[in-house]
Amino acid sequence: MAVMTRNETEALIQEVLEIYPEKAQKDRAKHLTTNDHEVEQSKKCITSNKKSLPGVMTIRGCAYAGSKGVVWGPIKDMIHISHGPVGCGQYSRAGRRNYYIGTTGVNTFVTMNFTSDFQEKDIVFGGDKKLAKLIDEVETLFPLNKGISVQSECPIGLIGDDIEAVSKKKSAEIGKTVVPVRCEGFRGVSQSLGHHIANDSIRDWVFKDGEGAKGTNYEPGPYDVSVIGDYNIGGDAWSSRILLEEMGLRVVAQWSGDGTLAELENTPRVKLNLLHCYRSMNYISRHMEEKYGIPWMEYNFFGPTKINESLRKIASFFDDKIKEGAERVIEKYKPEMDAIQEKYVPRLKGKRVMLFVGGLRPRHTIGAYEDLGMEVVGTGYEFGHNDDYDRTIKEMGNATLIYDDVTGYEFEEFAKRIKPDLIGSGIKEKYIFQKMGIPFRQMHSWDYSGPYHGYDGFAIFARDMDMTLNNPCWDQVTPPWNKPAEATTEAD
Amino acid sequence: MPKVMLRRTEKGALSFYVAKKDLEAEVSSLEFEGPGKWGGAIELTDGSRFFVEPLDEEPKLPITVRATRIDE
Repeated sequence: MAVMTRNETEALIQEVLEIYPEKAQKDRAKHLTTNDHEVEQSKKCITSNKKSLPGVMTIRGCAYAGSKGVVWGPIKDMIHISHGPVGCGQYSRAGRRNYYIGTTGVNTFVTMNFTSDFQEKDIVFGGDKKLAKLIDEVETLFPLNKGISVQSECPIGLIGDDIEAVSKKKSAEIGKTVVPVRCEGFRGVSQSLGHHIANDSIRDWVFKDGEGAKGTNYEPGPYDVSVIGDYNIGGDAWSSRILLEEMGLRVVAQWSGDGTLAELENTPRVKLNLLHCYRSMNYISRHMEEKYGIPWMEYNFFGPTKINESLRKIASFFDDKIKEGAERVIEKYKPEMDAIQEKYVPRLKGKRVMLFVGGLRPRHTIGAYEDLGMEVVGTGYEFGHNDDYDRTIKEMGNATLIYDDVTGYEFEEFAKRIKPDLIGSGIKEKYIFQKMGIPFRQMHSWDYSGPYHGYDGFAIFARDMDMTLNNPCWDQVTPPWNKPAEATTEAD
Repeated sequence: MPKVMLRRTEKGALSFYVAKKDLEAEVSSLEFEGPGKWGGAIELTDGSRFFVEPLDEEPKLPITVRATRIDE
């Protein structure tokens, strides 16, 4: 299908909205828009970060998911207690593929599930005693943990338990950091508030005075940086980190993929915070900028064009040594990148992609697709805010479709009409679209592949997209919208 | 009286960030910007207006201040 014009896209939105009752139609209309480069501020054309409409299928998560699943969960040497009923922790455990180095159950605990397993009596009589007991047990069984975080699930807030008091008491007793996180699932409209709460809890309970970790002999250097908002999905942070190190920088902390408590504590002494996922960690970067005077910048390590741009931008904060380093790194990987583009661009050129993911991917991956000659024709955020859309407008082509917190129905209808060659979204969408005969990549955890960040990641990204798109199995599937058409031809 | 963080963006514009509401906007005009007095009425690019108690000199940004909404 050819590129859609503005009128066509607008007509499509209208058509899709028609099925809703009037009130829902009015609400959803605000979340769907046609991209217009002339709009400077996204809030004029799209509403975001609003409560999802009851009755429609949303793809969003909750505040607990944002805190435990995203921000705190990957910190490997701490034990993250899912405080409340057992399900929240168990069903979200180990799903995000935050890789880490260590011996699970001995000095690292990311994929394990610790829960206070609330029962009726805990709801009735309160769970503070249970939490205190749990912390003691954790200390006995896993003495090598460096700290504990208490991730509240909904009932904790509802019954009014005082987890802060328990945390303070236990922290003094065991002499380790114990962080209470008030990330009850019902807070906010999506996981986004969970990120914010988690960031605030790091600020209040981990940084304290910003003096750095005790017992580590960390000496601040002139080229210290931290990688913030990289969750090491499939090894993403590692493939980013090597590039920074190659250009002469010293990566002091990884937030939070493969990160440790000591790294968090040492971050207030770095020279520059490199922010990958803006949505989940801008809060702490802002705080560090104000309190410790550390500048921060957003970077993008998807696809060679954006990586080169980002490396140069990072280098511009430092002296000539680093600037030369950046050029050297870019030069070193150029032949490799050219070879990849030479190989895959002919196979992928002109293919059209629809995305619907969270965090930074709806805009950051656009560059990587463009490097492969592909085009992103629709994008949207699960839990983005207006400033995310501000940035997205510039990245996307004119008259392309932008959808905020898209509903299951809308997404399917858009896909039917736009007929993209590839869709990138989550696991819940994967099998729907595959059954519709559309190649699909699960872009939350890179469809069990990765890393996708950095130059090494781009090689894997290109291979994966080719593998999915040019898989012969798609010829064997007839998309539902083709079936009736064929039937009528036969009848003729 | 929201608490507001003011900072310079990469492009040099002044950004207005309300942490409590996760609201990020750009300042289009600031009443007193010169030396000697800094702050006063702030207008955002979306047209809403706030007032920040003027400071004696331009502070080191970013800074968190209390702002009051000016209702017309």
